Parts: sequence; structure tokens; C-alpha cells
Amino acid sequence: MYESLETADNRENLKRVVIDPVSRVEGHGKVTLLMDEENHVREARLHIVEFRGFERFIRGRPYWELPVLVQRLCGICPVSHHLAAAKAVDQLVGVDELTATADKLRRLLHFGQVLQSHALHFYHLSSPDLLFGIDSDAKHRNIVGVLSGYPDTSLEGSKMNIGLQGVKLRKYGQEVIRAITGKRIHGTGAIPGGFNKALTVEERDALLVDIDQIIEWGNAGVNLTRHLFLSNHEYRNHFAAIRSNFMGLIRSDGAMELYHGRLRATDEHGAAIFDHVDYRDYQDVLREVVKPWTYMKFPYIVSLGEAKGWYRVGPLARVNQCDFIPTPLAEQARQVFAEEGGGEPVHSSLAFHWARMIELLHCAEGIKELLLDPDILGGELVVQGEKRMEGIGVIEAPRGTLFHHYQINEDDLVVKANLIVSTTSNNQAMNESIRQVAVRYLDGRTLTEGLLNHIEVAIRAYDPCLSCATHALGKMPLQVELLDAQGERVSRLAKNSDGSLSD
Amino acid sequence: MKTITIDGRSIPFEEGQTIMDAALAADVYIPHLCHNPEFTPHGSCKLCNVKVNGRTCSACTMLAAEGQDVINNSKELNDARRAITQMLFVEGNHICPGCEKSGNCQLQALGYHFNMLDAHFPYFYPRREVDASHPDVLLDRDRCILCELCVRASRDVDHKNVFDIAGRGINAHLIVNSATGKLADSVLEVDDKAVEVCPVGAILVKHHGYEVPIGQRLYDHHDIAEISLMTEGGGSDE
Ligand code: SF4
Repeated sequence: MYESLETADNRENLKRVVIDPVSRVEGHGKVTLLMDEENHVREARLHIVEFRGFERFIRGRPYWELPVLVQRLCGICPVSHHLAAAKAVDQLVGVDELTATADKLRRLLHFGQVLQSHALHFYHLSSPDLLFGIDSDAKHRNIVGVLSGYPDTSLEGSKMNIGLQGVKLRKYGQEVIRAITGKRIHGTGAIPGGFNKALTVEERDALLVDIDQIIEWGNAGVNLTRHLFLSNHEYRNHFAAIRSNFMGLIRSDGAMELYHGRLRATDEHGAAIFDHVDYRDYQDVLREVVKPWTYMKFPYIVSLGEAKGWYRVGPLARVNQCDFIPTPLAEQARQVFAEEGGGEPVHSSLAFHWARMIELLHCAEGIKELLLDPDILGGELVVQGEKRMEGIGVIEAPRGTLFHHYQINEDDLVVKANLIVSTTSNNQAMNESIRQVAVRYLDGRTLTEGLLNHIEVAIRAYDPCLSCATHALGKMPLQVELLDAQGERVSRLAKNSDGSLSD
Repeated sequence: MKTITIDGRSIPFEEGQTIMDAALAADVYIPHLCHNPEFTPHGSCKLCNVKVNGRTCSACTMLAAEGQDVINNSKELNDARRAITQMLFVEGNHICPGCEKSGNCQLQALGYHFNMLDAHFPYFYPRREVDASHPDVLLDRDRCILCELCVRASRDVDHKNVFDIAGRGINAHLIVNSATGKLADSVLEVDDKAVEVCPVGAILVKHHGYEVPIGQRLYDHHDIAEISLMTEGGGSDE
């Protein structure tokens, strides 16, 4: 009953403060390819739009509203923003350590979020492409195509139609979120210094019913993505193949950590650039530059400088960077993944999908562990402390490291907010990947549908939080321009959301 | 005993009672927002408009009198009440999903009660000031519906006269009676009745919010009519 009014009201809200990315990209992802004198593609620019209205929207609001307000930033991973802001707000109320119950409830919530986001991304958006091949008929390339065209995979573990598994995996993640926050999206849960409710035994038991099945499907998903990745030489070695640094959170013992840890960055060979840096000092190791052609900032690692310091975040970074994954099946899967790198990180952009499924499996296993932990059923929920004027919260969101940084004034109102979203961190990497694809697949000086499709697949591997990237594959509205060395447009091709082409 | 009829039902009343008083005592819900039985009736929100022998009046201010035939629950009246609720939404900046009063807010609850599915009217987006100067109390004028409950509570119960309304019509706004006009310089304290009485999220105790989980909030499972009769109604002698 409450859903309708809150949703209706929100729509207006989005319109007013202009934080709705849909209206900002006007339904199109836009890519510009710049050629040099020899007609080689030298640079690619993906024009994406960041939450520019956000700082203004948040300024002047009381700090305790933040975890709920920021959920409006993103319709895909509201829980990640909720938790990153909550971690920052913990510091504003002077709390450095939560109770075991509050900490575990937040972790459980986060696992639910990552699970549902990864399921959505792979099964709904990307798997059609990997299953049928980039060049396949566009009509196959959506979830319906997955449901009908790939009914019985002979791969071990997946007895059920793969598309349906994806739907159910996502639903399970959403159920975890609903049980904890009261709603599937935009509920409440984390409050300053803690959490507002524990799980009841009934809620816990209801979630336990399906968890073994979820783990099994997660495992099947890993096998499927591994198989798809390894069986296609072109994907593996050439498609959007770039080498890069990586960055993400890590637990003190080197384990994969999605909710709370310290920052680790590694170079293209896997050697440490920095390690176990307290994220409250992120400005010592990371800096952001602005480029004239986009609103989006480009963060880089200070010690490497602007040109060489770009890095990738997200599943590929996390699986590459961690020393181990603290749940058994996901750890086995990670070891197989690591072998592919032969002692170095795996760099192929399409390996993101494989890494994403390993994480999905880790989330499923992590959910089971937490559900069996009595701490989530009760105990102290909130800790109190002394007010501070600044708070920085960092979390590994589904798409990568997410920073929320706030300053408040004497009156408890926000005076400054800075966000680095994962898509911002992957900005340069996406441009590089697109450039790679263009170099390899651009034929002469004319843009073709084939090239457009390849660019689309490269962008989507990063699961950027562009509204357009959430469209089913083959339906992502995308516009590509080819500019010569003089900046003159030589070719332009756009694909509309109904799949039709125009120039 | 003297009686009036409300929607055909015979309702007893005592001399000096308003139609609203008589209705609440008999557990008949007449929608209301600026009315709170603890305070002198104000008659400003017009949600309690009823038809008395064919004429429209505010139930909260109209004295009950023998021979009154009152229509309360009709489509015409409820349509008008929904429109009034919609106007209240567009006149202020009411952003339910981010508001800590969500689930406990009377304006929102009336929206649900009247099955309000959209705002219908264009939003005004007024520019209004937040006063966060007080260490324990926040005044967010964006959400103020000018019901004057805080004005009445501060004057009549707290005997402090902290709040007032200034300006007329669309320029009407809540002011604070202090040298600077700021809450910090007023004599308001966090335990004052004026802080507790706000039916929406305009006056809030600082540093708190969202502590009651969704599902356990006041209006999560109960319509405002039920809650009103439970807390303001005549109760068990029915
Ligand atoms: S602040 Fe609250 S109680 Fe006071 S007039 Fe505004 S809405 Fe009514």
C-alpha cells in the first residue's frame, strides 16, 4: 500500500533535483572515436553523466537523513549508497565500531544487494551476448532469447533453464533486502551508529529454505561463465584486451572484502602500489582530474601520476587482488580463475563476467553463513559516540569501490559532499576498452552495426551504472561518432532503443 | 439525550460539543489534519468539511445542534478532501521517501486514506528555510502545512509563544519568536509540547530518524481513521 505514494513522490523528486540519469543522458550512451592523421583510432571517449545535481541536493540537509536520501541516487544499487553513507554517518556520530549484530545485518544486506545486482547484470543483460555471440541476431539478445533459446545447458549443475535461474537468483537477493529493510527497494535499515532491527526467526527461516539451491545455481553460473570465456579464443585474448592497475578494499588478512576493509592497489603484474591504506586517507593516494569534454571526473593513483595512474575497480579487480575468498566454493572458483592469469592478474575485460559470477557465489555462501549466525537475530543494535565534523564511508558496491565523503557544520547540516562512484573509477578503462575494440573492428572510415555491437558489449562488461546500460542487450541506445584528425565528423551511427539504426 | 445524525446514524451530543467532538466520542471518523482534540479548534485545513442540512461547514468548529443532518462520508466530500490533500502536497516540498516522518506522518496517511495516486496539481517548489540552529530540534519549513498546532501548543500548553504565522496566502510561513528569528535563540526545549505535536515532519527531534523499522510504523498497517479513533475516539463504551 505504501509503495505507490512513495514512488509517485519520488518521481517528482527526481525530476526536480535532476539526479535521474535517464533524463541526463537522454536515453543514449554516446561514444566519440578520435582518429589520427593515418586514420587510426587514437582515442575513444565515452560520454557518461554523473550525479552532478547530487551535491546541491544534499547540501543543507541534516546528516542523519543521508543514508535514506542517497538511496535515490541510483535505482540499481540503492543499498550500496545506503551503506556507504551510513558508514560515513557512523563517523559523524563518533562511532568507529558497530555491535556484532549491526555489523552482521549490514553485511547480510550488502550480500543480498551484490547478489541481486550481479544476477541482474549477468543473466538479464550480458548472458545473451555471451551465450549467442556478439554477432548473433539481435532478437536473440535479450532475456526472452535466453529463456527460449538456451533451455537446457548440458553444463554441469544447471538443470534448469538458465534465464529462469537468473530471475530466481535476483529475486532471492531482493528477498534478503526486503526482510532486512522492510522493502525491496528504498527501505530503511542502517541508522547512525547501527541498525534499526534484527531479523526475526521466521524471516531467517524463510530465507534459509532456498539458500542451498541459490548456492548451487551460483556455482553453475561460475561454471557457465568460465566455460564461455575459455571456449572463445577471440573473447579471451583480443576483445577489449587492455592491461591496467586495479584497486579495491581488502580485509586485514588479504581476504576478499565487500563491506569494510582497507584500500589495496596493484599494478598490471599484480605487484602492490599501496596496501592496507585506511580509506579515510583516500585523498593521499587518489586524486581526481576534470577533463574539458565530460562532467565525469577521472580519478588516478597519485604515486603513478595522471597519465599512468588510472585503474579498474569492480569484480575483476576484487577477484584478481584478493589473496583468497573466505568462503569455500568461491575460493575454489577463484583458484581456477587465478590459473588463467598464470601468476599475473587476468586483464581481459570479458573476464569481468566470470569474476562477477565468482562473487555472486561468494555472496550466496556468505548469506548462508550469516543466516546461521545467531547474532543477526538480536542483541545491541546501536552504539553512541561524540559528534565529529567529517565522515568518509567506503564500500565495495557491485560495480566497485564507492566513496561517500561528507562534512557537516555546527548545526548538523551537510556543507560538503564528495562521491566517487565505481563507474567514475572505471571511466578511463572503459575508454581504453572501447578504443581497443575500435582499433580491432573498425573497417575503414565507416561505422557499422557490427562495430556498434562490439562497443556496446565492451561497455557492458564493466556494468556501468548508466541508465542506458540497463537496457536489455541489443536495445541499448547508443550513438557513435567518428572524428578525423581535424575534428571533422566522418561517420555517425546511432542505434535506437528499438534496435533500429539511424545516422 | 440530544442527537444529530451523521450519515444516517444517530449520534448523541452534549451542549457545547462540536460535530467533530460528538463524532469522535461516538467513534465516527471525520478526516482532519489541523484539528487535535487537545487544542482549541482552528478550522483552517478544511479536511473536516461536512454537509450540515445541505450547507458546507467545518466539523471541528461547528457546534452540534438538535436537528442537524450531517453528511460526512460521501463521494463528493471525499473527492474534495483528496484535492485538498493534493494541494497541501504541492504547496510544500514533501518528499516522503527521504523524510524521517514517513510512515508516521498524518499528511502522508491522509494521502493513503483518500487513495491519492498522484499530486494532480503542478508543484510549487516554494523556497523555504530550514532552521537547524537549535541543538536538539530541527525546523524544516519545507514540510510545514501551517496547521498552527505548534503555535497553539507553545502558547496554550508550554506558555512560551515560540511559534507564529506571518504573511498571508501563499506567503504565509511559520516564524520563530526570538530576537534573531532563530530557534537557537528561542526558549524552546526538546520536551515541549510544541515539538511533539507537529502532524508532519516539520518539527523534528535532531539526531534521530528511521529508527522504527518499516512495518512497525504508526500507519504501516493501520489506516489513519483507525489510529484516530484509537487515540482520539470515545473508545470502549461503544
Ligand atoms: S511546524 Fe508542524 S505543527 Fe507547526 S504549523 Fe507547521 S505543520 Fe503545523
